[in-house]
Amino acid sequence: MSILVDHNTRLLVQGITGNEGIFHTQQMIGFGTSVVAGVTPGKGGEWVFEGKIPVFDSVKVAVEATGANTSVIFVPARFAADAIFEAADGGVSLVVCITEGIPVQDMMKVRNYLDQKGVRLVGPNCPGLLTPGQAKVGIIPGDIAIPGNVGVVSRSGTLTYEVLYALKLVGKGVSTCVGIGGDPINGTNFIDCLRLFEDDPHTDQVVLIGEIGGTDEEKAAEFIDHNMTKPVAAFIAGRTAPPGKRMGHAGAIVEGGSGLAEDKIKALQSAGVRVAKHPEEIPTLLS
Amino acid sequence: MKLHEYQSKQIFAKFGIPIPNGKVAATAQEAEQIAQELQTRVVIKSQVLVGGRGKAGGIRLAKSPKEAEELAAQILAMEIKGLPVRKVLVDEAAQIDKEIYLGITNDRAARKPVMMASSAGGVDIEEVARETPEKIIREHIDPLLGLRDYQARDIAIGIDLPRDHWRAFGQISRGLWEAYKACDATLAEINPLVITADNRLLAVDGKMVLDDNALYRHPDLVEMRDLDVEAHSEIEARKYGLSFIKLDGNIGCMVNGAGLAMTTMDIIKLCGGEPANFLDIGGGAGADKVSAALRIILTDPNVKTILFNIFGGITRGDEVARGILAALDEVKTNIPMVIRLVGTNAEEGRQILANARMITADTLAQAAEKAVAVANAV
Repeated sequence: MSILVDHNTRLLVQGITGNEGIFHTQQMIGFGTSVVAGVTPGKGGEWVFEGKIPVFDSVKVAVEATGANTSVIFVPARFAADAIFEAADGGVSLVVCITEGIPVQDMMKVRNYLDQKGVRLVGPNCPGLLTPGQAKVGIIPGDIAIPGNVGVVSRSGTLTYEVLYALKLVGKGVSTCVGIGGDPINGTNFIDCLRLFEDDPHTDQVVLIGEIGGTDEEKAAEFIDHNMTKPVAAFIAGRTAPPGKRMGHAGAIVEGGSGLAEDKIKALQSAGVRVAKHPEEIPTLLS
Repeated sequence: MKLHEYQSKQIFAKFGIPIPNGKVAATAQEAEQIAQELQTRVVIKSQVLVGGRGKAGGIRLAKSPKEAEELAAQILAMEIKGLPVRKVLVDEAAQIDKEIYLGITNDRAARKPVMMASSAGGVDIEEVARETPEKIIREHIDPLLGLRDYQARDIAIGIDLPRDHWRAFGQISRGLWEAYKACDATLAEINPLVITADNRLLAVDGKMVLDDNALYRHPDLVEMRDLDVEAHSEIEARKYGLSFIKLDGNIGCMVNGAGLAMTTMDIIKLCGGEPANFLDIGGGAGADKVSAALRIILTDPNVKTILFNIFGGITRGDEVARGILAALDEVKTNIPMVIRLVGTNAEEGRQILANARMITADTLAQAAEKAVAVANAV
């Protein structure tokens, strides 16, 4: 079992004919993900991957033709916000945006629109999702995790791989790994994933990977304290980072909290979360 | 990207926000000239991208053009928190009755911009926020609808602004929102917005921070960038789309992903070493980016060893390996290098580097230990 992606995922790739799109679609197919369509405006009617996957001009047409229920986006930053709108309007229920560098004001519009439509977004600027043995949506290397009962949620990309790999090396498996992305405005947050893992009968424990900045880890700690029965282990990156650039007064006023790793670690620990000193220590904190 | 006060205020003025008469000067003579033209008492304000200019003596009042020249000369010779003062803003001095705070920023938690105001404006606004948060009025702005007129009115009421100022305040709030939106700002702030002795609202100080990801839409604003605030290596890094921060240690780091880059620094410290830099080559970095990154790291004479930690996802191990070889071809160096390659196309990458005589490591902890050992041995 898993959350968000599994063998019922019928995946559509936006930007399937670009460099990243081609490479990672290949990897997703190799993993066993059911990739049913691609979208590249202007290339509708072509077939890619030895004639196995049809390319469409629009998401709407692709969804009508193939019954795709999930979209993954590999288009460049300046077109990515529009691609998310298109996916949401086109009829998929889950949109995963890998693209990094989308302007934050674009993302605020996207997020508020998607909330009104009831469409879930993961990302942007994220590695996507991996349910070992079932489906990979995004760019997490498929061979660094095995199926199991640990749910993983992370704000980071490659740091997530580090943790998955460390788990695999000691034979611990993963139910689903969700990379929620490091952008200030994203679709799915820690709490959304923690709630899904808490409700997933096949997830027995959870690993949370955070980093400095913002207050998302503190909010997750509060949620864990009040709502989670399953044990949680965590790692926070950036303990030794030099103090970040401050964003004038308004940033400090609106964020509250310091954004420092130490404060996040304290908040998590007081919610009963075991916090690792480095990512390779995480497996030893799990049961 | 941060804008100077004078740049921010020029933008505000375009959006109908009243600002003091004034001009920017690069020399004391120019400052004297401007004071002459304004024919009134002026404030000489250092233009540097740090807070606390006033407390550092970088903002002074001049009663005559002669005094303006003298003070400008003093301020232009200053360094404030390590930044040289290259320009001063010479503004007509306002007669201030009251100071208000007005700002917009992104509220991550609400996923919306938030406009904030307080009747207790001025330098201690952060203290106000901490000690008496109820004195800060907040209105979230729907990014799809924009600031509504009633919201500006609600803010005016919330900060007990006298009714005769509501209309002007509405115009200023709307102007600030429009400027924020049009420039893709992440912060637009007027502190203080003052009520003058002759009962007008006036933005006497301004600050804007722009979203780096949106700069491609604003070539005119990119021109305003002040390169003084960044180390030369950081400017060079940005050209190649690398995220680089110079630090004081001796272990150069090249990592893909910000979280992993920070973690690599954390582990180096945990093992008793000191990182020379933070460097995230980003997702999907090709050989040219890697090669540029390596050149930038090697310009730092403190670097005794370089630790590569590449966990391939969207970045491919073979591409990184090719970049390292290309860079080593260009920059001849004897600096020992420790490399750890895992993930997408890592095996291909390792084969490419087989003849490059690099120290290899399997785990992150092992890589850090080896790099620290090398750095301490040299």
